[in-house]
Amino acid sequence: MNPEMVGTGSVVLEARRISKSFSGVQVLFSVNFELRAGEIHALMGENGAGKSTLVKILSGFEQPSSGEILLGGKPVMLPPNGAAEALGIVIIHQEFNLAEHLTVAESLFLGREVTRFGVLDRKYMRAETRRVLDLLGCRVDANALISSLSIAEKQMVEIAKAISRDARVVFMDEPTAVLSREETNFLFRQVRKLRDQGTSFVFVSHKLDEVIELTDRVTVLRDGQWVKTSPTAILDGESIAQLMVGREMSSLYPAKTEPDVDEEIVLRVDSLSTDYVKDASFEVRKGEILGFSGMIGSGRTELMEAVAGLRSRLSGDVTIRGEAVPSGDVHAANRRGLAYMTKDRKAKGLLLNSGMTANLTLQSLDQHTRLGYLDPTSEAAALEKARRRFDIRVRDGDVVARRMSGGNQQKLLLAKVMETEPEIIIIDEPTRGIDVGTKQQIYHFISALARDGRSIIVVSSEMPEVIGLCTRVAVMREGRIVGMLEGDEISEQEIMRYAAGLKRMAAA
Amino acid sequence: MSVNEESIQSTSHRRTWRDVDLRAVAPFAALALLLIVGAIVNPNFIGLNNLANVATRCAFIAIIAVGATFVISAGDLDLSVGSMVAFVASLMILFMNSGVIADPTLMLTAAVVFAVAAGAACGLANGLITTVGRIEPFIATLGTMGIYRGLTTWLSQGGAITLREPEIQELYRPAYFGSILGVPVPIAIILAVTAVAAFILYRTRYGRHVVAVGSNSDVARYSGIAVNRVRTIAFVIQGLCVAVAVLLYVPRLGSTSATTGILWELQAITAVVVGGTALKGGAGRVWGTICGAFILELVGNIMLLSNFISEYLIGAMQGAIIIIAMLVQRSLVRKS
Repeated sequence: MNPEMVGTGSVVLEARRISKSFSGVQVLFSVNFELRAGEIHALMGENGAGKSTLVKILSGFEQPSSGEILLGGKPVMLPPNGAAEALGIVIIHQEFNLAEHLTVAESLFLGREVTRFGVLDRKYMRAETRRVLDLLGCRVDANALISSLSIAEKQMVEIAKAISRDARVVFMDEPTAVLSREETNFLFRQVRKLRDQGTSFVFVSHKLDEVIELTDRVTVLRDGQWVKTSPTAILDGESIAQLMVGREMSSLYPAKTEPDVDEEIVLRVDSLSTDYVKDASFEVRKGEILGFSGMIGSGRTELMEAVAGLRSRLSGDVTIRGEAVPSGDVHAANRRGLAYMTKDRKAKGLLLNSGMTANLTLQSLDQHTRLGYLDPTSEAAALEKARRRFDIRVRDGDVVARRMSGGNQQKLLLAKVMETEPEIIIIDEPTRGIDVGTKQQIYHFISALARDGRSIIVVSSEMPEVIGLCTRVAVMREGRIVGMLEGDEISEQEIMRYAAGLKRMAAA
Repeated sequence: MSVNEESIQSTSHRRTWRDVDLRAVAPFAALALLLIVGAIVNPNFIGLNNLANVATRCAFIAIIAVGATFVISAGDLDLSVGSMVAFVASLMILFMNSGVIADPTLMLTAAVVFAVAAGAACGLANGLITTVGRIEPFIATLGTMGIYRGLTTWLSQGGAITLREPEIQELYRPAYFGSILGVPVPIAIILAVTAVAAFILYRTRYGRHVVAVGSNSDVARYSGIAVNRVRTIAFVIQGLCVAVAVLLYVPRLGSTSATTGILWELQAITAVVVGGTALKGGAGRVWGTICGAFILELVGNIMLLSNFISEYLIGAMQGAIIIIAMLVQRSLVRKS
């Protein structure tokens, strides 16, 4: 917008030296943030930089560990669980908070229905809904059921809801993730209109082009720390990407060993599509570590689950060592030596109430079966071996998985997957939620597996991890593989350019 | 960091011990308590004859409950077992009455095979409706409960179906009233069925899969387990157990009617829950189930032998027991 106008508005909402820890892990370090009246303020940062936590704190869903929040210049304690709406602070969630079987008018007045003599005043509520929708230039019928609306229309209803509550501050978390280009344009027009009437917006997005197009100022967070706040007009996509990354690579990672160019191709995926993934093709050589990077929701897990047979594919082929793998058949993929390690170890990886043995051998019970009988000695031997190989440290061998530390759980999950002796291992988020020492161990396990001649796909939202481990990196965005980086090209800036849509490989 | 981890592990060790053992021990403790109460109420109670009697009478429920242990461990529920008993028993008697095979021994053998097949088929139907039809097991088996019951009423035309061949009756009688090495046949069969079931649940690949599916079906799926097949087979095992119960039931009375096996599903599920199996799946205790069935029958027996509670309240008592058992189970979980 007009750069002179930015900075003239008074500050509506301000965060001063906000810190936040979750069970001993600090995620925000003395962060400052200010939002002026009538501005659209972008909040940027990598996955895990602390954006969502800051948004939650500024909307009352979390309380800061230290620091203060000022609303209209006065220090406040924001009431929890969305009660901050009464103060004019509204958050529009990524997943909508709309009940599908209510009408638009009912949704708008949900929880604060207007009554006359104890009876719902439907006429007034409908008229008021109409008024707000017209204000937005939205042509949805006030009596339409939410379930009949398109995603963009639902978004509009959410915004209408915010306006009808006299919102001063609106948080939008990735609002355009599910919108088409036209819908996005429409949304932006309405947002600008409201901004000009004095409403302030905080816009959380990974899409650099949209941030530049829409916002007045940008605040960048990195690793839980405030990096910079600056008018958008003086920045470009490159410089924002630079601010978001730009940290030193450490010696966490073992030396890379690149596979020979003429090494056998063990896995080939040809134009695979699912509901979300579109036309993904790639191949993996024996002994290679291939990385998959991209923003959360870019379709990496969907793609990998489809490759592993956990999800059916709409089209495309998967071949392992020249043999086709049928769609949606985990067994077939397993038999041909492909294993998938889930990123969700608690909900999809381990039986939390079972011990280590039951978990370790669950996927490979055949190896311990003699004449239909499970041999406890053989299982115990497998556990002993796995504990040594993956350095699973627990004092009591009978401990249930729930009580193990995150790092030990992750090692147990890796051991479980390796029990099936796979040749190709897809590891989704290898180090989510574990401490740095265990991370390093897991990186070395992965590297050792590759040197053994196994092929590994590492899917990770942590860019340094992908860069430190992989000899090739595929970048996904909105369900497509948009970049394939090799050698010196593999850098955070370059990955970010692809992931944020600034750059895209020529159709191959 | 490592010191910290160690201390966490050591405290959790104690908790684990309490958590696992209490739940496994609780039904047996309750059984011991009941035996003491019974002995105080009436000295005849503790006699071997009376106890053997009680054990014999709980045979039907115990055997059905063993099957229910599989279904419940896999995270499902089968409400149709009572009706299934009536239906399979009626089919078996009608088959024997049909006289398609002249030789009584051969006829009886064929009838046994027929009943087992019928039970398995009923279980398979429940399993397929639940898994392939993707209908909540509660609703699916509520439906088949009505279907099996209705078919029984139709087969019997509202009356009774009675085994007519005296020769077969004579031949079949010992299956309920006889004894092997001094042990009444029903008790021997309970023990045999339970032993086999315990072996399957604790010592085979399939048993491990059942517990995994009941514990967390996503984990099972991601571990390459064919979740629907595991669940369906559990329903078939339930059907087979119902068939075994029928094989004991038919020689006892030699007839069935539309009211055969009414509320047996309540008793079977109660036995399973009292035995310490979690109703939400993931932890099966076969021997606990047998203990639970025995407890149910003992409570009835004590009520009969004592004078201060009417035996007409047995049904109410059994209903109360399942609620109490759930409360106890939950309080034991909460402590962990």
